[in-house]
Amino acid sequence: MLSRTAENLFWMARYMERAESTARLLTMGQRMAILPAATMRDEWRSVVRVTGCEDAFGKDAIIRESDIVEHLMLDPDNPASIRSCLARARQNGKSVRTALTQEMWESLNEGWRKLETYGVADARRDFAELVDWVKNRAMMFRGATESSHLRNEGHDFLRAGGALERAQMTLRLLDVKYYVLLPETEVVGGHRDHYQWTSVLHALSGSRAYHHVYGGSYSPWQITDFLMLNRQFPRSVLYCFDQLAYRLQRLAHWHGQRTPANLRGEEMVEALAQTSSGAIFEKGLHETIQSKIVQCNMLGQEIAEAYHFG
Amino acid sequence: MTFSEMLGDAGEIRDCYAVIQQWVEETGIEGLHRRLGEAEAIFRRIGITFAVYGEGGDPERLIPFDLLPRIFTAMEWQRLEAGIRQRAAALNAFLLDVYNRGEIIRAGIVPADIVYQNKAYKPEMAGFTPPGRVYSHIVGIDIVRTSLSDFMVLEDNCRTPSGVSYMLENREIMTRMFPELFALERVAPVDDYPSQLLKSLQEVAPPACKDKPQVVVLTPGAFNSAYYEHSYLADLMGVELVEPADLFVDEGLVYMKTTSGPRRVDVIYRRIDDDFLDPLAFRPDSMLGVPGLFNAYRGGGVTLCSAPGAGIADDKAVYVYVPEMIRFYLGETAILQNVPTWQCGLPDHYAYVMDHLPELVVKEVHGSGGYGMLIGPQASAEEVATYAERIRANPAEFIAQPTLDLSTSPTLGPSGLVQRHVDFRPYCLVGKEIRLVPGGLTRVALAEGSLVVNSSQGGGVKDTWVLR
Repeated sequence: MLSRTAENLFWMARYMERAESTARLLTMGQRMAILPAATMRDEWRSVVRVTGCEDAFGKDAIIRESDIVEHLMLDPDNPASIRSCLARARQNGKSVRTALTQEMWESLNEGWRKLETYGVADARRDFAELVDWVKNRAMMFRGATESSHLRNEGHDFLRAGGALERAQMTLRLLDVKYYVLLPETEVVGGHRDHYQWTSVLHALSGSRAYHHVYGGSYSPWQITDFLMLNRQFPRSVLYCFDQLAYRLQRLAHWHGQRTPANLRGEEMVEALAQTSSGAIFEKGLHETIQSKIVQCNMLGQEIAEAYHFG
Repeated sequence: MTFSEMLGDAGEIRDCYAVIQQWVEETGIEGLHRRLGEAEAIFRRIGITFAVYGEGGDPERLIPFDLLPRIFTAMEWQRLEAGIRQRAAALNAFLLDVYNRGEIIRAGIVPADIVYQNKAYKPEMAGFTPPGRVYSHIVGIDIVRTSLSDFMVLEDNCRTPSGVSYMLENREIMTRMFPELFALERVAPVDDYPSQLLKSLQEVAPPACKDKPQVVVLTPGAFNSAYYEHSYLADLMGVELVEPADLFVDEGLVYMKTTSGPRRVDVIYRRIDDDFLDPLAFRPDSMLGVPGLFNAYRGGGVTLCSAPGAGIADDKAVYVYVPEMIRFYLGETAILQNVPTWQCGLPDHYAYVMDHLPELVVKEVHGSGGYGMLIGPQASAEEVATYAERIRANPAEFIAQPTLDLSTSPTLGPSGLVQRHVDFRPYCLVGKEIRLVPGGLTRVALAEGSLVVNSSQGGGVKDTWVLR
């Protein structure tokens, strides 16, 4: 397979996943921000921070929902906006049309200009509908891939890209919770803290699954355990790492040769599988998340080197 | 009087259109519009688009599609096919000749100037004979009709004629939407085109190729207006679609960069202009291109389809000599006529053209796609005067032709069938043998009375049926 094709497939899946994750992030931010007496206004700033877009706003500026909608959903010049991600996923797909099935292309192509027609006010009004639309695009893309794409080398690059991006986004969503500090009058495990944690679960469509695993009660430790270490929940970090290692192993098989990426992928799985949520909180949730994000970035680079990306 | 494809001399429906007539009556105009809406939705979803540079507007617009097919009888096709094959053979013979012995020039048939001074002539190709002696592997010939029996060639396309994806997609849509029309099996199929194209490309593998030839399609990239077609053809042939940056040359052989390292490439169906193929051989400022590609080609390491410099055969100044070429190389009379053409570079032709501008169509010799044309009868006095200035400044750059009364074909209009002018582009494949599928692309000028059918100028497309 052409290196360029592999690279485009890898990034196409990443952008699609990123568009969806950003949509989920916006849902979470909105849920947190509508809490009564959300006076600190840190909710939206934390969202901006984890997307790496904080520089676009003043250090002390109050960030409102309309800013977020404009910047993270609609802005064609912000590479992290949902609109940019969808456009780039489509562009990646278009430049490797021959490596996609008709259904996959249609899922990228249909309605791709929808966000162009929206102004900020309308997008706020239709917020829930738009977020659902983005999620549906991503689901349709994955469904088309699942049911029509040849299980060849390209498929593994696609899935590896998706898994890498998803792991990073789950890590980032958890980090939002870290950034959103509790007011001094609140206690950890209190009403507000509880609501913030459940917002993370909700954004990851994990509420029901969480209950099946842990029963009716919420706790930060259990939620962290679920989102970081559960091997069955498809958005947990460890699940995504497992997927990554598996896809890299298949790629090594196709090429008859292991690469440094294989080793790192397996080490990432190993290290995470042997830890516990208790240990994570002891070391510091934020610190753990940051080091995992760094590992993901390094793995991304190693994959690019191993398979001669541009 | 304008010839209508659907009507005979006495105004009766021609037999070959009877099935269409019946179908239109049964479906009704409203029904046809509904089906057209469905067809357009399919096109849009599949993403068949045609971008036009520098015109603003929607960069991914659809080419308008007309539901009503243009139909040839078996007899008509027989003659067209013979004429097209003959022309493709003569054009390739001409290319072999002008890059080698130049006999047609020595015989005084074609003037040396219009060949050797031509921008499309590539001196780098002199003395080199491509594999199979083929220069133009896909010859697109634009044909118009002016009466029941008169078909004329408007233009030859020997470089990278586009539009064949529409021939295939139009048919695909038609069979999907109107299976009952095809159930009778009277319409000859065209879906064999990709495999014939692949066969033709494999047949011209270079001397260095010992195994099964590795064929690729070379595109400038996803921003090119014909990118959809490039990917579509690569897909249907089951070969890689590569961009210049995917290729490199090493010791006279061409490789593509793959995830498991370099892989040999034998035959390149390139959809990039000569000038941008290789910065070492042609334009040094080209950001596209594969350094060393041309040397690898001359050294027999790879085959380029079409050959660099093949454009000299489809040059508008050379066009007028094609009937002579057919006589000279094949010893035959041209089956398809040329349109009478005046070359403004010749003094007596120049005088005639300047006296008759309002009646003529004037084209730039190197222009393409309907740009930079003067259509005399439809131009204002100022437009004619401005154009006359351009011709005066550089006569040799222009040719003129009479405005032809192109045939019309029934086309679906807002409130019923209307008659619109059409032309036709078949795609002739040249490998070890010459191949032609029974069909091609019919383009239709959608504006009433307009003679401009180019897709870049707002023309539409139709399915073309050859009846058995």
